[in-house]
Amino acid sequence: MLAPSVPPPPVRPRHPPKIQVRDLRLSYGGQEAIRGISFDVDRNDVFAIIGPAQSGKSSLLKCLNRTIELVPGAKQSGTITIDGLNVDELPSVYNLRRRVGMVAPLPVGLPLSIFDNVAFAPRAAGFKDKHELAALVEQCLRQAALWDEVKDRLHTLGTKLSGGQQQRLTIARALSHEPEILCLDEFSIAIDPVTTMRIEDVLKELKQRMTIVLVTNLVQQARRLASRTMFLWNGEIVEEGPTDVLFSDEPQSRKTYDYVNGIFG
Amino acid sequence: MNLPPAPVAGTRPLSVSTGSPRGPRRSRAAVLGESVLEWVIRLCGISAILFVFGIFFFVLREGVGFLFGGLKLGEFFFSTEWYPTSLSNVRYGVLALIVGTFSVTGLAMLIAVPFGLGAAIFVSEFCSDRWREGLKILIELLAAIPSVVWGFIGISVMNPLIQEVFHVPVGLNVLNGALLLALMSVPIMVSIGEDALKAVPDSFREASLAMGATRWQTVRRVLLPAAKNGLLAAILLGVGRAVGETMAVLMATGHAVNIPKSPFDPVRTLTATIAAELGEASVGSPHYQVLFIIGILLFTITFAVNLVADLVVKGTAKG
Amino acid sequence: MATTFGETPFIRKKRRDEAIVRVVLGLMALAMVVPLLLIVGYLVERAWPLLSLDFVFTNPTHGMREGGVWSALLGTLYLVSVSLLIAAPVGVLAAVYLNEYAKKSWLTRIINLAVVNLAGVPSIVHALFGLGAFVLFAGMGRSILAASLTLAIMTLPVIIASTKEALAAVPLSFREACWNVGATRWQTIRGIVLPNSISGILTGVILQVSRAAGETAPIMFTGAVFFKRIEEGNPFAYSLSDQCMALSMHLFTITTQVTDAPKALPYATAVVLLGSVLLVNACAILLRLRLRARKKW
Repeated sequence: MLAPSVPPPPVRPRHPPKIQVRDLRLSYGGQEAIRGISFDVDRNDVFAIIGPAQSGKSSLLKCLNRTIELVPGAKQSGTITIDGLNVDELPSVYNLRRRVGMVAPLPVGLPLSIFDNVAFAPRAAGFKDKHELAALVEQCLRQAALWDEVKDRLHTLGTKLSGGQQQRLTIARALSHEPEILCLDEFSIAIDPVTTMRIEDVLKELKQRMTIVLVTNLVQQARRLASRTMFLWNGEIVEEGPTDVLFSDEPQSRKTYDYVNGIFG
Repeated sequence: MNLPPAPVAGTRPLSVSTGSPRGPRRSRAAVLGESVLEWVIRLCGISAILFVFGIFFFVLREGVGFLFGGLKLGEFFFSTEWYPTSLSNVRYGVLALIVGTFSVTGLAMLIAVPFGLGAAIFVSEFCSDRWREGLKILIELLAAIPSVVWGFIGISVMNPLIQEVFHVPVGLNVLNGALLLALMSVPIMVSIGEDALKAVPDSFREASLAMGATRWQTVRRVLLPAAKNGLLAAILLGVGRAVGETMAVLMATGHAVNIPKSPFDPVRTLTATIAAELGEASVGSPHYQVLFIIGILLFTITFAVNLVADLVVKGTAKG
Repeated sequence: MATTFGETPFIRKKRRDEAIVRVVLGLMALAMVVPLLLIVGYLVERAWPLLSLDFVFTNPTHGMREGGVWSALLGTLYLVSVSLLIAAPVGVLAAVYLNEYAKKSWLTRIINLAVVNLAGVPSIVHALFGLGAFVLFAGMGRSILAASLTLAIMTLPVIIASTKEALAAVPLSFREACWNVGATRWQTIRGIVLPNSISGILTGVILQVSRAAGETAPIMFTGAVFFKRIEEGNPFAYSLSDQCMALSMHLFTITTQVTDAPKALPYATAVVLLGSVLLVNACAILLRLRLRARKKW
């Protein structure tokens, strides 16, 4: 797998990629946040994005589900396709957002009951059947490894849970609309290591059913989970390739080596 | 293109109706209802603009006849003779009314500005939390007193009080109106002024206090300069409110068309004139129309004051 | 004491100045508040002989020299409720537009400016507008409807401003979380934003009530009359196209036009008006304090 001295040839996936990003540029009120990046994400894979703060990681995720449109002053160019369809040309942005689950850095328990937190998205999609809803909520909470802790108090406020529980609640909510792609933005930033490891186990399981895009501030997390990793710096791709290569002693770029080994960043 | 998600061991695969990532379609009625509602929301959003234009339009519409008929600009603005109902010698000079408005407002501001800003500084910087809550609630209640009650207070309380204290024959005068207007416009100054002071970052205060400055030195040297635009806006909004006040000045200023020579002279303001005479002027008569023109004049003055206040505040936001 | 750290004359002076300033500013604040208490106390004291439930529930009689304030109170109730029915939905939705939908554009800027200016338009100009637009142009005549519409437009900016503040207090992260799961803007507003700002919105609406109840100038020429005889005890004595009496107008009338009324009568009327307005305000304040205490996040 490793090619120590020669840069590895670009490995093309066997299937058509799940997500294709081409020459994506993004600016906030004239200030460039992403400067023309292109990459592919494979189906049912974990794709990690690492890089220091302000390198455009979170903005990139916002482009994937088009919530960037709701940020005042943001201007985007370039194309993003999912399953070969341009996301900007989809008839319904709400369907897109249901296909692309998003977990924000800080856990957000909506000021609703735990049950309603998870049932929010299905209800918004026009779902009414009570039994199916209950089954779906249970399944999502189980998948997010939260069910056992909250099954007796589904009707207490989601905002009263601890930080780690709220983050798993957020993941359960993101699963509730059955996404094909799950984006996680530095999910471990506000929770303890034990919970982080539990969620990582959850992700390993989910990977069999969906494509996961993982933005992380912990480079070792990328190493543990991802098969491909992208190093983003200042809105540009420094290096993108198999995780093993980025974390080897001789990645393509010296900067990558310095970053993953903690010499800067 | 879409491969169905592979079922995970141990979890029940989602049923088809729940399973589509696109979700079951929301009913057509729900989608339609929502877009109708959003249009209603947009309409309500722009309604404020419509109302402001509507006010200008309809007030001008009633007065426009006078604008092209009997209006003599020179007389209107520079004559103190207001005899709108005289049979032989009709005069529409509003100078005395303008002077009346500004004399009452000016004196009111002379009282209200120091007290209002002082109270704002006290509430924002010198007060314990409990006192602050209490004071703010009282000031809020002060703002809630209807202007007609203020007018009644002017007649029943201030009038004898002024006669007694200053030994003047009549207590319904500029001073009386100004005191009422001061009390009425202080609450808005305190609340906007406090907001302006609160908007100054705490780091400014800490930096100043850390250097050994007292609170007062901090206020004077750091906070007042930093918050000066907001405080100016607070004063302007107070002025706007005082200029437009009707009932209190109608009842308390003595109701005499007169250029005042001292605070103890009675006057009449623009607003009070409309309130007092509109009921008697027959619809469509020059007298009726000129009252609407005075309305436009008032509208313009307050519009300008508010516009300037808004620009001043926006200036703070940028700085 | 001689070794007390830093106790130089300079520092002593500084400390003394500080104390003086604190006292002076505190007195200034009190000077605004004490008159309120004194005046309210004085009014109640003078009104005391007449104040009773009877005074509230009987009509004025003998050319408004005797009797109570019932017809005026009922008129005010009508004016306030009808104006509330109009202003509350429009105002709340306008605030929803400004806070949730409007992008940063010149149109938004102009709307905000219009709201500020609408709040600054003198009440007597609102009266002229109501007369020109509703009474004459729309042909409603002097009626409760015309007066209420005038009041509604006057109080609209109050509702817009307070609702906007309440909406802005809901954290952006809640909205983002909803958008992320594919909820539409309106679903987000309906499901999360409105339920969590309803207390603030209600406070603003209640304040509108108190402001509308006290206004005199805007209703003087659009629907309120000096005197109107109605049936006592019948809460439906007025209809929308009627003219009505109003408490604020009634106080103005008996103070300035009826010179030989018993001394306590205007005081009692003022106390009823002031009392109801302050009561409504106190409700708003209590509601705000209570709901602030039990936030959900």
